[in-house]
Amino acid sequence: MVTSQDIREILATNEVLAPVAEQIGDDDSLFDRGLDSFGSVQLMLALEERFGIEFPDEFLTRKSFASIAAIRETVATVLHPQAA
Amino acid sequence: MSTLAQRAQRAATIAALHADAVDRDGRFPLEAVTALKAERLLGLQIPSQLGGEGAGLREIADLCCTLGQACSSAAMVFAMHHIKVASLVAHGLDSAWHCHLMERIAQEQLLVASSTTEAGIGGDLRTSFCAVETTGGVFALGKDASVISYGTQADLILATARRHPEAAGSDQVLVALFADQVSLERKSVWDTLGMRGTCSDGFRLEARDIPVEQILPKPFAEIAAQSMLASSHLLWSSVWFGIANSAVDRARTFVQAEARRQPGQVPPTALRLAEVSNALQAMRAAIVSALRRYEDAQGDVDTIGSIGFSVIMNNLKTTASEMAVDIVQRALSIVGLAGYKNGTPFSLGRPLRDVLSAPLMIGNDRILANTAKLLLVQKGGGQLMSA
Ligand SMILES: Cc1cc2nc3c(=O)[nH]c(=O)nc-3n(C[C@H](O)[C@H](O)[C@H](O)COP(=O)(O)OP(=O)(O)OC[C@H]3O[C@@H](n4cnc5c(N)ncnc54)[C@H](O)[C@@H]3O)c2cc1C
Repeated sequence: MVTSQDIREILATNEVLAPVAEQIGDDDSLFDRGLDSFGSVQLMLALEERFGIEFPDEFLTRKSFASIAAIRETVATVLHPQAA
Repeated sequence: MSTLAQRAQRAATIAALHADAVDRDGRFPLEAVTALKAERLLGLQIPSQLGGEGAGLREIADLCCTLGQACSSAAMVFAMHHIKVASLVAHGLDSAWHCHLMERIAQEQLLVASSTTEAGIGGDLRTSFCAVETTGGVFALGKDASVISYGTQADLILATARRHPEAAGSDQVLVALFADQVSLERKSVWDTLGMRGTCSDGFRLEARDIPVEQILPKPFAEIAAQSMLASSHLLWSSVWFGIANSAVDRARTFVQAEARRQPGQVPPTALRLAEVSNALQAMRAAIVSALRRYEDAQGDVDTIGSIGFSVIMNNLKTTASEMAVDIVQRALSIVGLAGYKNGTPFSLGRPLRDVLSAPLMIGNDRILANTAKLLLVQKGGGQLMSA
């Protein structure tokens, strides 16, 4: 089970998002909060490491990492493909 | 009614006529741009319901190549204009103000310029120092715009800036500013090796009391990712292909003239011509396949926003810019002194000087560094026909 709080903890390790990580709502756009392309790559790497997964290429889109809710769903789909 | 190719050819003929003066004097290709307007080629991409012709990037790319063979500066002006228009078409249709702007561009054939580069930031498109300062329904913007091609000739400038004075450097918007709404104080003069006619001077840009409707509603992050990066790399590459193509044309004419002088023998330079034609074909293939990828992905935000797509477009830019320089240099080595001299039918000085801007226009190392980051998560694989 992936919780929003798990994801917020990872966001807190991201240089750009760290100062605001706790105030980001589940559906807020991370890109509006200043996440840039490199930031999103770092975020993907941190998520892969944390959950022991690899995102397939078709998941590597802006939409999959646009918000905490989107990330939760992306991670859950990769963790439990049959449930999705 | 003439075909698009005929209209482009007429404009290119005029561009070619003035190409030497444009280069020598480092002046704006006014005759060529006037011809582009007369042929109504500045509104091509705008949807027909807004008075344009709804042309796709593939058609624009073809025109960039045609013009690139005539006058690189005029071609680059045309390309840069259409890169901006591509962003308006992709992201402005939800905004009444921007729809009206597109109608005006098509109707009045307005020329659109770009201000992304900023003093102290250089070619990092996704970072701004300057910020939009809003009070009520209007905003002010001051920008140290170190390069704006045809800044004083354009009817409209699209400029990047931070969303507000407290926003992060990458939290940017794209604002549209009419020439009569901005003051441009010239800070540097574009006296360069090549691409001299783009008149890419540096300015202090100041705008005041601009209605907030002129800010594109979409975040610039999305505009860059979904239209601007791809259209820049595709259209720039098409201009460079036009330059490379015309250099190879000169080399071919040269070799064929040699062959006619010595019937029954293959001139030694023919081997080098075979090599360069090989390189030209590879360059064309790289551009055409990326253009197809772009067209196939139209309307598919997920694909266009994906890491794989960004890698393809970045690779196109670095590859095409290096190949173009290489091809022009090879053409020069075939033609020899007749190409090195100015004022011969085989002169290659200008194409060489112009094309040397290609690897610098958003530095290739900057783009490679960006791709390197993306490759940290891309998984690869794929098929010959689909990857
Ligand atoms: C013909 C022409 C027309 C132009 N017209 C316009 C225009 O209309 N509007 C506009 O806004 N701009 C325009 N530009 C500017 C262009 O968009 C870039 O901003 C500019 O080419 C970058 O110049 P720079 O070499 O000074 O910058 P920088 O981006 O500062 O780069 C300097 C050097 O550092 C390297 N570098 C930078 N970052 C990295 C990194 N992370 N990793 C490795 N290496 C790095 C670069 O590759 C380069 O070699 C134009 C440029 C040209 C050539």
